[in-house]
Amino acid sequence: MLKKKNTTIPMYMDPWFWVKLMVFVIFLLFLIWPFSSIITNAFKSSKVDGLTLANFQRFFTKKYYYGALKNSVGISLVPTVFAVVLGVPMAYFMTRYNVWGKKVWHVLAILSLMSPPFLGAYAWIMLFGRAGSVTTFLANYGIEIPTIYGFGGISAVLTLKLYPYIYMYTSGAMESIDSSLEECAENLGSGKLRRFFTVTMPVVTPSITAGALVVFMSALADFGTPMLLGGSEFRTLPVLIYNEYLSETGGNGNLASAISIIIVIITLVMLLVQKVWVSRRNYIMSALRPPKVVEAHGMKRFLVTLPVFLISFISFLPQVVVCASSFQHTNYSSFIGGFTLENYQSLGARLWTAMRNTFTYSLTAMVFIVVIGILMSYAIVRKKGKTGGLLDMLLMAPYVIPGSVLGLCYIVTFNVKPLILTGTATIIIISYVIRKLPYTVRSASAFLMQMDPSVEEASINLGVPPMRTFWKVTARLMLPGVFSGAILSWVTCINELSCSIMLSSGKNNTLTIAAYTDIVRNSVGSGAALSAILTLTSGIILVIALKITNGKIKV
Amino acid sequence: MSNAVIIKEAVKKYGDFVALKGVSLDIKEGEFFTLLGPSGCGKTTLLRMIAGFNSIEGGEFYFGDKLINAVPAHKRDIGMVFQNYAIFPHLTVEENVAYGLKARKVPSAEIAPRVKEALELVQIAHLAKRKPSELSGGQQQRVALARAFVIEPSVLLMDEPLSNLDAKLRVQMRTVIKKLQRKLGITTIYVTHDQEEALAISDRIAVMKDGVIMQCGTPQDIYAKPQNPFVAGFIGTSNFLDCTVSAGGEVTVEGLQIKVPVQKDYTGAAKLSARPEQLFFADSGLPGEVLFSTFLGDFVEYEVRLADGQDLIVNEYTKDTNAVHEAGEKVFLNFDPTRISVYEAETEEVITC
Repeated sequence: MLKKKNTTIPMYMDPWFWVKLMVFVIFLLFLIWPFSSIITNAFKSSKVDGLTLANFQRFFTKKYYYGALKNSVGISLVPTVFAVVLGVPMAYFMTRYNVWGKKVWHVLAILSLMSPPFLGAYAWIMLFGRAGSVTTFLANYGIEIPTIYGFGGISAVLTLKLYPYIYMYTSGAMESIDSSLEECAENLGSGKLRRFFTVTMPVVTPSITAGALVVFMSALADFGTPMLLGGSEFRTLPVLIYNEYLSETGGNGNLASAISIIIVIITLVMLLVQKVWVSRRNYIMSALRPPKVVEAHGMKRFLVTLPVFLISFISFLPQVVVCASSFQHTNYSSFIGGFTLENYQSLGARLWTAMRNTFTYSLTAMVFIVVIGILMSYAIVRKKGKTGGLLDMLLMAPYVIPGSVLGLCYIVTFNVKPLILTGTATIIIISYVIRKLPYTVRSASAFLMQMDPSVEEASINLGVPPMRTFWKVTARLMLPGVFSGAILSWVTCINELSCSIMLSSGKNNTLTIAAYTDIVRNSVGSGAALSAILTLTSGIILVIALKITNGKIKV
Repeated sequence: MSNAVIIKEAVKKYGDFVALKGVSLDIKEGEFFTLLGPSGCGKTTLLRMIAGFNSIEGGEFYFGDKLINAVPAHKRDIGMVFQNYAIFPHLTVEENVAYGLKARKVPSAEIAPRVKEALELVQIAHLAKRKPSELSGGQQQRVALARAFVIEPSVLLMDEPLSNLDAKLRVQMRTVIKKLQRKLGITTIYVTHDQEEALAISDRIAVMKDGVIMQCGTPQDIYAKPQNPFVAGFIGTSNFLDCTVSAGGEVTVEGLQIKVPVQKDYTGAAKLSARPEQLFFADSGLPGEVLFSTFLGDFVEYEVRLADGQDLIVNEYTKDTNAVHEAGEKVFLNFDPTRISVYEAETEEVITC
């Protein structure tokens, strides 16, 4: 036998082995395990012993349930289509023309994307609802507007909230087209419009579909909007999960589990469709010379600015409406005008509890998100190995599993021994970490990929051990990427509703939950006041962050 | 301080691909040693194995008499200059240079003067407080150099340090590096794919191809006596002609009979290589026709087609002649049998001495 002189370090000596192990344990404990208990739950029933398909059978035979499936697919597909219709032209104008007030529209788009999940619906009810201000105003003149409750209204609200995804994904791609590509097409005799459809569009389509996928998944998972605008007639799957769970309390949530499985299957199918479609037409593009911005003048400049202004203004309008109405007098269930601070005064101690909860939970989560995010993105980018791909896949999970489903997973799993966590702040923080970690990891890894690995090697070579080098040099240099991702993680934590509302026991209410509950209870004044505070908080954080990063926050 | 570097049968594998096939080198203390070869020949791989960034699949690496195979990269006491400089962008020039000294726990009173001295040696003392983003490529290169040698490493490694600089600066910096190395006397291993740079800077060169060392020697050796056609072609330019060798070094090439000094007995098919400046126009020899001439100032480069259709490059120095041969002119080419090289056709081993 040859004596093998092996100089590779044993696995347990490599700190990155432990980092990966830690990340896997976290995901195993708080994602895979809870989700698998949902799967087994879905095939159980209190009426039958052993495994059964009864829950699925019930789902697909009762219109109450399968109708919701149809509704869910509808309110996901329609906003996706319309978001593309709004987002792509906006991206084109913003990247190719000297649109007036470019930065403002960009910030407004980000703000509406990061607004609380129920805000759009709530503002629309205030304006166009049964007792809405516009509705009553027009009714005086005998004009009746179509109802905003149900399919149309939900689709409109979701489109206006989610179109920024398309705008941002598409403009990112449009900025990275080498201008010589389009010049070449022009040189070959292509007109401007023809060039757009034969060169520009095909090249950016993979990014558009990636954006469309995110819009679809977000719309499908949305809980606040259909809850407020669906009424008792129009139910979607996340609403069903919440209702079933409420009515099944004490039980195991078997039917809710089955519905959860169905919703995850839908997202997975869409994810695969998009991946397969893109894999066949992915273009590697490195912009040596980014495309020129056309200097339009007079009428032309006005014409390219107008659509951008309209889109971003209308989508931002809900935040203005809510903030403005929070200063109006109310007769408990509707606004009656005038100016007052009573809505804010009525909040009293409730506000401080909600504020304290929001910030303690989200900031605690942020500590974990930043530390795990830095380590995890480094493991994914630089220490790929055999498990790097798996880590990357786990990171997709929070996109695929809607908040309400994860909430149900946690209730089912952590309501019993060995780990009882329901009703605690801990479980809410954990849900934040698992769901919002991807923003930070994606941003940090994108940043890390641009970083030259030899800088780390230089440090090691100069005598600083690898792990110290990591904290001293790599982590330090990754900070800008981590920061812009962490801000998104943070703001979305603050605005999280669908998961935390299922996990909160009342005393753990955050600002978002408090605002939402007030609105549902028709306590419009305090609801508006809380929403306004929430909107303002997220807005201030985002604007400061955008200022610091020079607008380089990527969704 | 400075160490000899001895490598015995180094093997590197990437999966099934063998990048280094048992490379042995004996680099002397204080020597400026260059690994030269085309991209993919394994030169950077070998350098990174010495640095400790690549795993070692076989062989032994010694610094002096100390086996370093199992010593982690940060304990190897090496200075390294990277292709893209790898300056810490968040630190000033000074802090970059002081980085390695701090890691070595050098007393802080000692750090400042050493940093200053190092920066003076590379002539950028006036840039000490600048951030790397405010430096030109050549200045960053000097920071990288200062940072690498200020720690007084036992070995200095350089991975194509000049390839990102423009042509003029490259020539200038290679002189800076060479003088600095002479002055400090640190054993230096330098990687490049530029044969001119290698010739200019090195005490000794190892020419590599496909994970194997083709020839190791001084620049003069390698240029004048290439051990195989690859080295003959890679270093400078060479013309190759098919020929046959009979006993005693009798070579027949294109009907011409010459006698060359041989170091071993070989008869059969062979390959003759001659550099453009080793060929000259004569009254007899290989008959051919001038195809093209290029005037390059101190010499004229001719393309000459032989009777059998092979094209040769011939250089004639303007100081030696005033005549310029026109295209279409019938000429004879000849050469000095003691200066050309002849290789076995099969094994490509050198026959001449």
